[in-house]
Amino acid sequence: MAKLTMIKAITAALDEALKSDEKVLIFGEDVGQNGGVFRATEGLQAKYGEERVFDTPLAESGIAGLATGLAFQGFRPVPEIQFFGFLFEAMDEVAGQISRERFRMGGTRKMPITIRAPFGGGVHTPELHSDSLEGLVAQTPGLKVVIPSDPYDAKGLLISAIQSDDPVVFLEHMKLYRTLKQEVPEGSYTVPLDQAAIKREGQDISIITYGYMVQESLKAAQELEKQGINVEVLDLRSVSPLDEAAILKTVEKTGRVVLVQEAQRQAGINAQVAALIAEKAILNLQAPIGRVDAPDTPYPFSEAETLWLPNKKDIVAKVQEIMNF
Amino acid sequence: MGKIDFNKLNKTPKITKVSILDQDGKIIDDDLMPDLSDEELVSLFKKMIWSRVLNDRSTKLNRQGRLGFFAPTLGQEASQVASEFAMDKQDFLLPAYRDVPQLVLHGLPLSKAFLWSRGHIEGNKYAEDLAALPPQIIIGAQYVQAAGVALGLKKKGQANVAYTYTGDGGTSQGDFYEGINFAGAFKAPALFFVQNNHYAISVPREKQTAAQTLAQKAIAAGIPGIQVDGMDALAVYAVTKAARDWVVAGNGPILIETLTYRLGAHTLSGDDPKRYRSQEEWEKWNKKDPLNRMRKYLEDKDLWNEEEEDIWVNEVNAQIDEAINEAEQVERQKVSEYLQHTYVDTPANIQAQIEKFQAKEAE
Repeated sequence: MAKLTMIKAITAALDEALKSDEKVLIFGEDVGQNGGVFRATEGLQAKYGEERVFDTPLAESGIAGLATGLAFQGFRPVPEIQFFGFLFEAMDEVAGQISRERFRMGGTRKMPITIRAPFGGGVHTPELHSDSLEGLVAQTPGLKVVIPSDPYDAKGLLISAIQSDDPVVFLEHMKLYRTLKQEVPEGSYTVPLDQAAIKREGQDISIITYGYMVQESLKAAQELEKQGINVEVLDLRSVSPLDEAAILKTVEKTGRVVLVQEAQRQAGINAQVAALIAEKAILNLQAPIGRVDAPDTPYPFSEAETLWLPNKKDIVAKVQEIMNF
Repeated sequence: MGKIDFNKLNKTPKITKVSILDQDGKIIDDDLMPDLSDEELVSLFKKMIWSRVLNDRSTKLNRQGRLGFFAPTLGQEASQVASEFAMDKQDFLLPAYRDVPQLVLHGLPLSKAFLWSRGHIEGNKYAEDLAALPPQIIIGAQYVQAAGVALGLKKKGQANVAYTYTGDGGTSQGDFYEGINFAGAFKAPALFFVQNNHYAISVPREKQTAAQTLAQKAIAAGIPGIQVDGMDALAVYAVTKAARDWVVAGNGPILIETLTYRLGAHTLSGDDPKRYRSQEEWEKWNKKDPLNRMRKYLEDKDLWNEEEEDIWVNEVNAQIDEAINEAEQVERQKVSEYLQHTYVDTPANIQAQIEKFQAKEAE
């Protein structure tokens, strides 16, 4: 066991995947010799060669098309989109092609592709680097969408994603890359792709969240504890499919729920989770479903990030409001 | 620094155009004549007739409501059939929606092609050894995917090519450019066909680009581009065969523009070509009919006659009858099967929907 940042845990997962399956290929813009703009693929080309880890021309649709074609030739592509805001360039290949291939060919072919991409706010990036666009891909049948919130999950989920015969969009929050260290086992291990995890047990109210907002929710829970409110924090980990059983279980247990996402109110995944709870656990609720999210504007200019992004204070306030309903 | 005279800058590179057979079925360039035996020449022509009959019958079957989506191929038999004729079974085909003839000649059972037209999942269930994808509806997507398939073939050390088709309108897409550029950068074994049939629905090719040829777009990717008389089966075959050999030898991709003409409508979903092109233009191109000139050529060589053609047309019609009957007998689709094919590892929410639909389907 070693204490690793999330970025190191991701590199370790990619290393394991390259080692255990020669069909695994990693490619994207600057992922080769440079080791990635965040060093996620550092040292991998030197270790496995240019045949396995390679740079591409600067074109996201071409990268995703390359992945599709390589998958049809029996490879297990792990392409990188440098920032998820650039997804729009590749949206047809991701949501119009890769997600549908198995379905459209009646199960006779598969697309074992893992698309890695950083996203997320709080690090003052330029335009269209930090946008939370997971809602777009979560709405696409045929894709699985995974968002880890800590180093341990990141490694185990990424190994699972690469081993999966289904296409997985694996989103890495930039603020989590280096802000948190955690014990991460050496070697290969997996975390299931369709299971949420309780990151903090509690009795009074449930926070259901994912990505960086898990860490912010845990901080809020600590503060709320001092006020005598015992919070349970459920980390979705997979935003598509949702772990319905885990969501319903925590709601049934506490009877109160606050959904927390970094994305705008009209985006993200909160509405889907709220609908599920309203549909299947309404009689367990003692208060309306609370929602914490960002305002419905495009992602802010970087100087306004702290003002715009949801944070611990917003979560604390919303939990108090739902508790006092 | 002197003044730059933009009028003198080069806008139009020299692009080679290959023709072998003229409109009267006479060989105009014996040096380029492909190495085909008499049997192969007849076989090629029979496939072109097959495609023509398939087009005519598909049109009728569509009118009768026995087929669904259909994009006519009338006039493009040389471009489609003769290029397919130069390919190996293990070469990987990425067709566009008009390229059903190549797909069937490559090994897709005709009944499945009809099921695809009707909108049935069975039409896209491909045998494991069929090196092809279903017709692509998103114009340009087949190009970026072809670059990936070609890179895969290269990585496996397989002596085959990925080949794909788009139309003249498709050359305006970003994916068209990204596809040829990626294949070029990776020196991947891909053959990119542009079937320039002069119209993208109602928009003439001149409105797509100021470029004088579509083949010259290859220059932007740093790969060879060539034009071929797309109404001339021998020229299409000769160019494709030579290009395939060059690509398989590890030299990287090639872009081939076939100059052809869609004598019919864009699709049978309400397009009326009389709205946007003249009868004179149509007649000019109809005189270039790829079947007429190939027929004359073979008749002059005493390799083909009217009686043989009648027998063959009847045989093709019988094959089509059999295929459409087979397609019509396939069981209705089930939503539960759709759900089963959406993922390999079916998530719980999908499993719940499978059970719901299985119960509904059992009613």
